[in-house]
Amino acid sequence: MAPIRVHGTPFSTAVGRVLATLYEKELEFELVAVDMKAGEHKKEPFLSINPFGQVPGFEDGDLKLFESRAITKYLAQEYADKGTQFKCGDSKTAAIIGVWMEVEAHQFDPAAAKLTWELAIKPRYGLNTDTAIVEEHEAKLAKVLDVYEIRLAQSKYLGCDCFTLADLHHLPNIQYLLGTQAKKLFDSRPHVSAWVDAITARPAWSKVLALQKQ
Amino acid sequence: MAGIKVHGSPFSTAAARVLATLYEKEVEFEFVPVDMRAGEHKKEAFLSINPFGQVPGFEHGDLKLFESRAITKYVANEYAGKGTDLVFGDSKKKAIIGVWMEVEAHQFDPVASKLVWELAAKPAYGMGDTDKAVVEENEAKLVKVLDVYESRLAESKYLGCESFTLVDLHHLPCINYLMGTEIKKLFDSRPHVSAWIADITSRPAWSKVVAMQKRQ
Repeated sequence: MAPIRVHGTPFSTAVGRVLATLYEKELEFELVAVDMKAGEHKKEPFLSINPFGQVPGFEDGDLKLFESRAITKYLAQEYADKGTQFKCGDSKTAAIIGVWMEVEAHQFDPAAAKLTWELAIKPRYGLNTDTAIVEEHEAKLAKVLDVYEIRLAQSKYLGCDCFTLADLHHLPNIQYLLGTQAKKLFDSRPHVSAWVDAITARPAWSKVLALQKQ
Repeated sequence: MAGIKVHGSPFSTAAARVLATLYEKEVEFEFVPVDMRAGEHKKEAFLSINPFGQVPGFEHGDLKLFESRAITKYVANEYAGKGTDLVFGDSKKKAIIGVWMEVEAHQFDPVASKLVWELAAKPAYGMGDTDKAVVEENEAKLVKVLDVYESRLAESKYLGCESFTLVDLHHLPCINYLMGTEIKKLFDSRPHVSAWIADITSRPAWSKVVAMQKRQ
């Protein structure tokens, strides 16, 4: 089968999710740049990989996928025997990991992604941060992190006692937010803070950050 | 293992997702109403099942779950041999089904949920006037999503593959509400989307969920 190709920029949080998983699974891949300033992701041929015109696009041979969390799950299953295992325990544990994957997608990400946009991305492009949006979403994120603080007092990682996709999916937004005023939300919660330290220190994640520096 | 309990309201789109799955899998369950007007879902007994204080909550013996899409996947896998087959295929097929599950969650639902709130829930519960600006903004977004669905459903009988799966099921609660609003025209004007909706909303399992809503 032809090698794995990821279409997108390593600065995209969604692309970062996929890259982190590829590094965790120790898989070879090609990163194909997409010129978003030129709107390349809204045109063919990109649309034939993701009709919603968003990065990442993903190919593994003739299989084309999109939506970062579908891609990471595919990689975890297809290459189950390689690299990081992303699971521990039985179907009951798998169900609980599934719950916390949904929590990242539906509770954490909506608030975190807005804060990443306002506090980390907009300044890079010389756009003004909307302080009302920041205030609203910091309050929402605080409530989510209060639940995380309790969860992480009972469980080493969010899903179970080992690192899984439920944790990994948080990395790109958390990394950005650590460089902003939102860092305090993580630092002020000891279990959350320890968890953030653990997951951001993973060698696979460092490789994604290295790609951003290139 | 002790039986299944679902905590919630059949009117909740998230709870309905779970109920539809249980009916498809022909699994017995007990439905435990949660008095949301009294804020029961924000109080301790419920929070011990879902710390985010949202319905549904789910119990199977001592296993407690929340987030509707995690529950439906658990039920579909745990009862793989019963009722409608909702998870199957080789890894390639599963991967593509997985893509469209994410599409429902991240492209369709954020937009559809806002429209359900403004056009169906607010009027029904007397929770204020419909915000026309929000409706307009989200209708425009939904149009773009449905254009992609129209192309997809021209190539594939259901969204994930040639058979009905959780991907299609996850759409049912929002679609059901929106068909009773001005949004119906967006579905009707797209032949493949329209045929797909007619198909999935006529499933006997879904009719049982609708009947539960009518009994309240």
